[in-house]
Amino acid sequence: MAKREYSYYPGCSSQDGASSSNLKRSIDTMCEVLDVKLNEIPDWNCCSASIGYGSGGVLPRMALSARNIALSEQHNAGQDIVATCAACWLATKEAAERFKEDENFFQEANTALAEANLKMTNQTPIRHMCEVLIEDIGYEALSEGVKKPLEGIKIAGYVGCQTNRPFGIAGESFENPMYLDKMVDSLGAEAIPTYEKKVQCCGGALAFSEPERSQEMIKGIIEAAYDNGADMIATPCPLCQANVEIYQDQINERFGTKFEMPVVYYSQLIDVAYGRSAEDAALDGQIIKAKKLDDIAAK
Amino acid sequence: MSDMNTAMVEKYRNDFLKEVEANVEEGQWVKMCMQCGVCSGSCPLGNAWAHPPQEIFMMIRAGKRDEVLKSDSMWMCTSCYNCIVRCPRELPITHIMHGLATYSKRLGLAPKTQPTSQFSEIFWNNMMKRGRVNELKLGLSLYFKDGFGQGIKNALANQKLGMSMMKAKRMSPAEFFGGHGIKDASGLQKMIKKAEEIELAKLKANT
Repeated sequence: MAKREYSYYPGCSSQDGASSSNLKRSIDTMCEVLDVKLNEIPDWNCCSASIGYGSGGVLPRMALSARNIALSEQHNAGQDIVATCAACWLATKEAAERFKEDENFFQEANTALAEANLKMTNQTPIRHMCEVLIEDIGYEALSEGVKKPLEGIKIAGYVGCQTNRPFGIAGESFENPMYLDKMVDSLGAEAIPTYEKKVQCCGGALAFSEPERSQEMIKGIIEAAYDNGADMIATPCPLCQANVEIYQDQINERFGTKFEMPVVYYSQLIDVAYGRSAEDAALDGQIIKAKKLDDIAAK
Repeated sequence: MSDMNTAMVEKYRNDFLKEVEANVEEGQWVKMCMQCGVCSGSCPLGNAWAHPPQEIFMMIRAGKRDEVLKSDSMWMCTSCYNCIVRCPRELPITHIMHGLATYSKRLGLAPKTQPTSQFSEIFWNNMMKRGRVNELKLGLSLYFKDGFGQGIKNALANQKLGMSMMKAKRMSPAEFFGGHGIKDASGLQKMIKKAEEIELAKLKANT
């Protein structure tokens, strides 16, 4: 039996053939090596992220999260809900908090849920995978399992927005969180704690609707990584990863830059440091290859 | 203008602040703004707002109803939550901006061709069909929102990106023909319909 079990909310972008399917694959490998069992919430739905508000009012949006919470209570009773996507985590946690603060609102959500033959008590903690790593496993244990230290790789830890605000990780600052750097250090790579763009917004969903404005912000995030001598950027957020990686060609065209900066997930770093293959770490999902990680994985 | 807009104007007349407090998500916080400007200074797209949050708060109190609700300002919010964690009085600014956007759209006042407003609607409708987002159709609907010709142009401009995403297995043509979804999509749709009814009934009670 696995040492730890959680109720897993992977989210839309993690599905096969979706933009962060590589995150899910690397998380699956990571959980194998860390002896963590993830029980996917059966029939989970979209959380409507932080862009659904144009058409969805407060109650409809939060009813979406209520459904996931209810399904988790029903099928994965007693297990903390763990999300790997920043927006999924934020939306679910925010809904759970509002249901707790406002009894009427909680009742209304349950009235809506009854239409889908569901009911929630809302007692489940809503957590981010990074919290599991930091609070349940810990940096020391993480470091003990390293088989191939990521020596010689300098990594800019890009925490982004929604993994960090408004909830963030307990004990960490909103303005200068250090946990990603500590993770990087635990794996034998070199962190850049003074990477000044670590919590800069990448534009989020506005990368689609306001591409020019967003790409200007993304440019700054990549530029600062180069200025700090980084070999790659690592992030916990699927939208940060995609936005910062996949538009580099367009940014180069727009601004005359020559960016070719790999952007990976913390889970991919762990997979490789724990001796797993490039494929297990989903490094084949990179648009910009993370060569230094590929090399260590091939050793 | 929608009937509801007319009814709201009729009811609140010269008190836009009261209207916001009663009908906008977290609107009861607006009066607590002390005009320090930290939110506006912290906003990553601050320079793109015709009226940054601090100004929006003051305009609400000054009764500038049309100027606020017809503005495209709130649609510049990237949901980065900088303003929330930095506000000295802990106003849930991000939520208030979302709430103003929702409300303006509901009343039919939001600018019709504002791209984030359009994207938000496309996203919601996409997700509601099968209970999960279909990324391929989401991208295509966005490309083609301004007509077929512009759509082809947009698709061609992003062709290289699409090809690399497919090669990396992070975009799938199979999504065009159905794709991912939940089993109980009809249950979810009924649930959302109920939630909308409850919310609308409350708004109507305020008119």
